Amino acid sequence: MASKRVGLFVTCLVDLMRPRIGFAALKLLESAGCEVIVPETQTCCGQPAWNSGDKAGAEALAKKAIAEFEGFDYIVVPSGSCGDHIRTEYQSMFVDEPTWRDRATAMAARTYELTDFLATVLKVETVPGDYEGTVTYHDSCSGLRSMGIKQQPRALLAKMKGVELKEMNGCEECCGFGGTFSVKFGEVSAAIAERKCDFIHASGAPAVVGGDLGCLLNIEGKLRRMGDESTQVLHVAEVLAGRG
Amino acid sequence: MEIKSMRFKANSEASLANVVLQGNLKNAKGKFVTKRAEAIKEIDDFEGTRDAAAAIRNKVIDNLDLWLERFETRAQETGATVMWARDGAEVCRLVTEIARKHGVTKVTKSKSMLSEEAGLNQALEAAGIQPVETDLGEYILQVNDNEPPSHIIAPAVHKSLDDVADLFHKVHGTPRKTEIPALTREAREVLRGHFLTAEMGLSGGNFLIAETGSVALVTNEGNGRMVTTMPKVHVVITGIEKVIPTLEDLSTLMRLLPRSATGQSISNYFSILTGVKKPEEHDGPEHLYFVLVDSGRADVVGGEFHEMLRCIRCGACMNHCPVYQTIGGHAYGWVYPGPMGSVLTPLYAGIENSIDLPHAATLCNQCGVVCPVKIPLPDLLRKLREKQTEAGLRPLTERIGLRVWAWVAQRPALYGLGARFGARYLKWLAGEDKSIRLLPTAPEWTRGRDFPAPQGKTFRELYAARQKSTKGSA
Repeated sequence: MASKRVGLFVTCLVDLMRPRIGFAALKLLESAGCEVIVPETQTCCGQPAWNSGDKAGAEALAKKAIAEFEGFDYIVVPSGSCGDHIRTEYQSMFVDEPTWRDRATAMAARTYELTDFLATVLKVETVPGDYEGTVTYHDSCSGLRSMGIKQQPRALLAKMKGVELKEMNGCEECCGFGGTFSVKFGEVSAAIAERKCDFIHASGAPAVVGGDLGCLLNIEGKLRRMGDESTQVLHVAEVLAGRG
Repeated sequence: MEIKSMRFKANSEASLANVVLQGNLKNAKGKFVTKRAEAIKEIDDFEGTRDAAAAIRNKVIDNLDLWLERFETRAQETGATVMWARDGAEVCRLVTEIARKHGVTKVTKSKSMLSEEAGLNQALEAAGIQPVETDLGEYILQVNDNEPPSHIIAPAVHKSLDDVADLFHKVHGTPRKTEIPALTREAREVLRGHFLTAEMGLSGGNFLIAETGSVALVTNEGNGRMVTTMPKVHVVITGIEKVIPTLEDLSTLMRLLPRSATGQSISNYFSILTGVKKPEEHDGPEHLYFVLVDSGRADVVGGEFHEMLRCIRCGACMNHCPVYQTIGGHAYGWVYPGPMGSVLTPLYAGIENSIDLPHAATLCNQCGVVCPVKIPLPDLLRKLREKQTEAGLRPLTERIGLRVWAWVAQRPALYGLGARFGARYLKWLAGEDKSIRLLPTAPEWTRGRDFPAPQGKTFRELYAARQKSTKGSA
């Protein structure tokens, strides 16, 4: 069987803040036998514009991404939030532009969140990571409630001998990030994050893992402000791929 | 009711700083959530029931005038008078006129959010008519200097037992009680006199049933029955969108309403009230009035926010909202808090009077997945944000910032350069530390938490370097 041609949508946040998550995703896909291409003109999926009410900006960025990622068998995104934006919202933007709507629909059908793609499409049996320790998992809102990402990351982590998953209470509760919400209502956002951090602490796990960098930056920022310098905050791709 | 929604941000921060309120919110958090989660298990096909409920509500909203006319005809046949109010001021005028006509000096009230919208209590008082709230939560708030409700079904949920104990001790002049049953008994004793002497009862309505001309009332304390059956005059005030076609539809919606609201299989009291007292009947009002209120609802029909009219006022969206759970209902500044309020307030009270509200949500969609009538609340909030941008209502710096960012993001080379600079700048800010304590470009972020340091180089830089070295070594 010919290997699958996968376009990796790195996401703007990973590009700016945590390139290692992008490389981890690359490693996971390649080790599963995919041919991975990273279109170099990609920037942002446009979700911040869409969620802020800037329709024109969001549509322009959607068209840009649609054009860049045509021709791949699959588009894989290490984020449930950006993945959901591409899969659900792009189609709803172009009600009056049938050609673009059709192209958006075609892209949506080929777009997957990383762990969903690994577990559901590739059905991988092994992952390259060698992480050892107990972790707890934070379910990010868009991934969980819009894309149905729940068991996929857990199933993948379960394939790692050294990893023990200890669920926290409230793992499905919002961490308070909310994109621009976090910089518009900083105190409220941080207060919601504090509840999430309390759940993490109560789980006793020395590391929290999640699938969306926005949430992870929010959680890590709050943990550090609370004086917790030790709890590790990791993207699931980093754990699955290993740091090497 | 006065609209204080423009002060959402300041209000929310005051809520966070209020230690007593924070303690009360923590105590209340989760109670309705847990009970609802248990209660919905009793329904075999919960999702199918949600679909059916949404379809019933859509059917009505799509032909609202037709169903309202049918309701009006049936209600008149039962001896009721049906009146129409365009706005809150008309509600106040009509209810005051009804009261005057029947020589009313005291009105007992069961809970009505529309009464809050219209500011009816103040209008009645100004006309020399005494309004007495008889829902325990509403009563607590009324005797606490007319404090506004903070939740649509549990208006005093922000208050603790201690708060109420102090309040009753003060306003009733009785020894301070510390047990809930004792406090409730005290309120009942005060209210009993009012129930016996009020000449008019005023209630809201959970549903209006078109085929029978009835109003359905869902209550838990029994006060609703006292208000609607003891006085000679009963006035129902409710929004025009509350009408549903049949009793069969009512049974479908009632499978969801109490379960979604309080996690009860059925409320303690559930009344379907039809018409005036007949000669052979022992109780019930001699005069029944329906005041059906528009107050912005008709403008929503057929527009892009029409799905909001499906709302059956269960409060599940706010119970599950991380923002509401954190700051409580008062911060939202008007009658309706939480996600449904953040949609309704701009629609009914003016988009320009509630700039913050559509943004006061993380779009986590916890509200959308619990809504019994499947209102896509995050989508509606996002659409309102779009309306604000189109109307030029967002701050100029935000609009320009977004425009510039989107413009740059369409130009990969420039964007790449910007990201390189950004990553280095943030790294420099962090210095040797793993996180940034004060972020000058987004100080809101670092008010309550750190901003983690970036790796320092962007993915595209590192990837380009890797591609180059791979090619070089190949």
